[in-house]
Amino acid sequence: MADESIKKTILVALGICLVCSLLIATAAVSLSPIQAENRRFDKIKNILIAGGLYSKDIDIAAVYTAKIEPIMIDLSSGATIGEDRFYEALNIADFDINEMARHADYGQTVPPDTDLAQIDRMPKYMVVYYVKDNGALQRIILPVYGRGALSMLYGLLALDKDLKEVAGITFYEQGETAGLGGEIVNPRWQAIWQGKEVFGDSGEVKLSIVKGQVNADTPDARHQIDGISGATITTRAVDQLIKFWLGENGYGPFLNKIAARED
Amino acid sequence: MNKFRKVLLDPLFNNNPIAAQSLGVCSALAVTTKLETALVMTLAVIFVAAFSNLAVSLIRNQLPASIRLIGQMTIIASMVILADQFIMAFAYDISKQLSVFVSLIITNCIILGRTEAFALKNKPTISFVDGVGNALGYGVVLLVVAFFRELMGSGKLFDISVLPLTTEGGWYIPNGLFLLAPSAFILIGLFIWVLRTFKPEQVEEG
Repeated sequence: MADESIKKTILVALGICLVCSLLIATAAVSLSPIQAENRRFDKIKNILIAGGLYSKDIDIAAVYTAKIEPIMIDLSSGATIGEDRFYEALNIADFDINEMARHADYGQTVPPDTDLAQIDRMPKYMVVYYVKDNGALQRIILPVYGRGALSMLYGLLALDKDLKEVAGITFYEQGETAGLGGEIVNPRWQAIWQGKEVFGDSGEVKLSIVKGQVNADTPDARHQIDGISGATITTRAVDQLIKFWLGENGYGPFLNKIAARED
Repeated sequence: MNKFRKVLLDPLFNNNPIAAQSLGVCSALAVTTKLETALVMTLAVIFVAAFSNLAVSLIRNQLPASIRLIGQMTIIASMVILADQFIMAFAYDISKQLSVFVSLIITNCIILGRTEAFALKNKPTISFVDGVGNALGYGVVLLVVAFFRELMGSGKLFDISVLPLTTEGGWYIPNGLFLLAPSAFILIGLFIWVLRTFKPEQVEEG
């Protein structure tokens, strides 16, 4: 056993802390660029998946640069924010949903009675992605997020250019139970979303996830997506967050502006 | 050399940390739904156990009794952070699936158990080997449980389809129970039962 003198105890404690901090700090700092690159890459990959452009052997960076155009929008008005209005803290390259939501100027609280997605705070601006083929708009990708059963769910909802049908959906970040809520990342389930109609006849959001399987004979079936058995809470969360972001407190004004532009 | 071999191989079946010592069961439930995550988790635990043992052993004669436990925990926590950083840098997709469970290695009783029971009283090299051995014992249970859970729960092994699922045009209806935590408990119990059938000396006195 070692001696008990106070001086020695403090010295050893400091020594352990010093060596450990040096090790961790060195690792974190030198690995940080690689990790940031991984996160960026993963998000781009998901944007391509939502845009229907992804397959195993493509050059992700090249396809992204060629076909995806990120646009910053003001959620409440639906207007596009041009580059000339970007600030140091507000720009497309560094845009992080959580940072923006927490920001004093660029984020806002969500009133509890409208907070379907249970996010408490949301950004005032969002970066959406146009999928373009030779300059022609094909799809619009909308980042969506909300509280799931065990974690925050971050996804990308792609709509066809006429904003009538869902073109695809992905979730690039979630921590739900593997095999149950985690099935929201299963491409088979995500494929069900394709072609589903978002809006009803009066323009209200009718896209929803039902419990169990959709009855194909009912007229509403074109708006409905099968639930995932054993994952009620997660699928309900996805249903609610979709309704929030497609509604007037989310991308509603933006989608109205796009629709008006086309008429 | 023989001593090293014994220290390395004993924890696999003769004195398995999960099966014989009932340590480290918690994470065994969460990361064993797939072989891939179980494997990365095992590698992370091997790294943490081995280097924590090594570090604690190196300072075992200098560490005062009053800060014994917190000193070990600081070292273990640092190793876990290192492992987590490496996984996030070099296996990003898997790190997303492992999420908090790598950080939870700090709470894995096997690690602190071995630094307390072995590294404090033994030389660095053999302590390192002991860390590897016990983590391997943990890994064996993890991989066996993950093998059955992934196979029966989703028809796959390492994400390669072995039993084609009905949702993908095949015949196998996956057994959802295997994706839930209780199945891991049951499988661990079965593992212990089989192990003690072959090695009756592990059965405790009734």
